[in-house]
This record gives sequence, C-alpha cells and structure tokens, in this order.
Amino acid sequence: MDRSYDVIVIGGGPAGYTAALYTARSGYRTLVIEKIAPGGQMTQTTQIDNYPGFPDGVDGITLGMQMQAGAARFGVETEYSEVKKVNLTGALKEVETTGGVFQARAVVIATGAAHRHLGVEGEEALVGRGVGYCAACDAMFYRGKTVAVVGGGNTAAAAALVLSRIAKQVHLIHRRDSLRATRVYHQSLEQAENITFHWNTTVQQFLAEQKLTGVVLEDVHTGERQTLAVDGLFVSVGQSPETALFAGQLELDAQGYIVADETTKTNIDGVYAVGDVRTKQLRQVITAAADGAVAAHQIEAYLM
Amino acid sequence: MSVINVTTTNFQKEVMESEKIVLLDFWAPWCGPCRMLGPIVENIAEEYPDVKVCKVNVDEEGDLAQQFGVMSIPAVFVLENGKITNQSVGVKPKQQLLEMLGL
Repeated sequence: MDRSYDVIVIGGGPAGYTAALYTARSGYRTLVIEKIAPGGQMTQTTQIDNYPGFPDGVDGITLGMQMQAGAARFGVETEYSEVKKVNLTGALKEVETTGGVFQARAVVIATGAAHRHLGVEGEEALVGRGVGYCAACDAMFYRGKTVAVVGGGNTAAAAALVLSRIAKQVHLIHRRDSLRATRVYHQSLEQAENITFHWNTTVQQFLAEQKLTGVVLEDVHTGERQTLAVDGLFVSVGQSPETALFAGQLELDAQGYIVADETTKTNIDGVYAVGDVRTKQLRQVITAAADGAVAAHQIEAYLM
Repeated sequence: MSVINVTTTNFQKEVMESEKIVLLDFWAPWCGPCRMLGPIVENIAEEYPDVKVCKVNVDEEGDLAQQFGVMSIPAVFVLENGKITNQSVGVKPKQQLLEMLGL
C-alpha cells in the first residue's frame, strides 16, 4: 500500500470530511484518519436541525456517514486508526498511527473538541437520554419541560437563557456563589421568571429510569442534599480541544486550541486547523464545514 | 470480501462451518452506535480476506440474538471453528477489533 498522500486530514467530523471533499475534487490524493467512526461530535446528537438542506432535520450519525460517502465518491480514503505521533515541521509531514506511518505534503487538523464531563456516575450512559452538552442543539426537545444547566460561564448562561424561552422551568446549578459569565448575561438571567439559581451546589448523582428523571444536589458548604426532578440536564462546564498530540509543534492558546485565524493557517506552513479545534467564535457543524472549504482553498495555493 | 448477511437459514453454513475466522456483528437499523460500527467492520472485510465478516439484524433474527445471549447492541463475537473466542459490546475502534481477531 502506498502511504504517501498529497493531503492527510486528521479527524473525520464535518470539518475534516469537507476539507477532504474539496481537496479530492481538486485532484489531490487525500486520506482521512479517523480513530473511531465518521461524524465526530455529531454522532452524539440525535437530531441536527441547524444544518441547512434537511427540512426534517438529520441525525448526526447519518450526516457523518453521508459526508464520508460524499467525499469517498471523489476518491477520499479513510484509515480507521488512532494517531500516535506527528512530525509536521518538514516539507513532507509524517503521521504515525496504530495502522502505520503515513506521509503528506499538507496536513489538516480536524480533531475537534470534547465537551468536559461532570464525572458523575452514569453520565456516559445517559448521554442522549436526558443528559446533553449543547443546549443550542437540543433545547427544542424540552419544550414545556423542566431542565437543569450545570456551570457558571458564558456557555452555561447562554444555555440557561435559550432554555428559559422554551422549557417550563430552568434550574441553574453552579458550584460557586456567583457566575463567571460576562455581565451582559446577568440581568437577562435575573429577569427570566422561570430560572432558579442553585449557588454553591454540585450534582452528586443522576436518577434515571431508562432516561434521566432527576438529580441529587449537594450544598458544597453544608453538605446538605436534596433531590430535584428534571427531564433534562445540560452540562456546560467547558470544552477541551484534542490537541495534546500537537503541543510543542503548533501554537496553542491558553485553553489548548490551535491558534489559527479565518484562513485556518497555523504557525507551520502546510498545516491547517479546521472546526472546533481552532480558535474561533462559534463552534457549529456549518462553521466546521466552512473551515474545511477554506483550508482546501489555502492548500491548493500551497501545493501549487 | 464483502459482508455476509446471516440468518437462521445460512447461519450453520456461513458461521459454524466457516473455515475462516468469523467476525459476527449483531446490529439493528435503529441503533446509532451499530450504524457507526458498520463502516468499520466493512473496512475489515475489505482489507482482510482471511476474515469472514457476518452481520445479524437482531430485529429480523431474534432467535440468533438469543442464542448468543445478546442483551445490548452492537455486540461483536469472534468465532473460530464454530467456537466463540472473543466478544465485546459497544462501538470499538478498528484496532481493537483487529486485536480480538488476533491480527
């Protein structure tokens, strides 16, 4: 097997497969390396309604597989392996995986980010069954219901506000006594009549019968516990980008995101960062796909 | 080699009497993780001609699922000479499936 490519894309989510589709259509031999299955974080979402072209919405697994199939039609290959090491600095870049070493002249990093978990027992099993990480994505499923948001930053504040317009009751649970969220959020949160604040409080336990039915909360000072019945719970305690592999070669920001502007160029020539892994304002499927197209455009100029 | 769809009718011949090592994947169309595993087992079927990859749709073949004690899907079994040598539940990376196959 020839392991030399024009372009290697690391990560098979919407950003990765869009970049691959574009470079393959431009005639470049392109490989996507995906550690589990196509789709990335989309596979955690049962219904995507904010990616245009799907009047009834689409589930994330289907969208991921269709993006892969669309890229494969133009010759994009997928290697199902985990990347162990990269050497990005030379003109010919090397990617070492559990399935062997691959080389390319250009590398697109599309490894994404993972939502931080609460670390409460049973959390993984309840994802998609009441526990979620993206209120902007899933709020619509909780019309007229009772939901909780855990966290105190901007994402948590935004989640609570979005939910307060849709759900019957919103509980905002935060382990400190005030929000880290910027001031613009504070007034709106206080004015919303259906948001209840639970300060100095942590989630200790999930209650579930097939799906989430409630949570056990604990006061961090007194240790006092109470049960709260909820239909859904959104964890908004931040994201962490999957960039450990690239530290020391690529410039990362304080949170670990790869520093790259709208051109998707990194500090190394021929290396591009697309989708959630890049420093950017809005992390959505469509902005990830857009990054993929932009990176391909840059790569064409670079490889010419 | 392509993936073989296994039913009670061809189970004996394709799985139990197979001369090759068998990777048996229990799945259902409504099961998201099963669909994620699909391209991975198909990829193994393409790349490793010495492995026979078989799929069982548990909606249509409840008896086979019961026979293997499948309670949760996707469930993957490795069989050699009609005997189970390895099994796992859930989406697994390709590398882990290859290890289960001794590859």
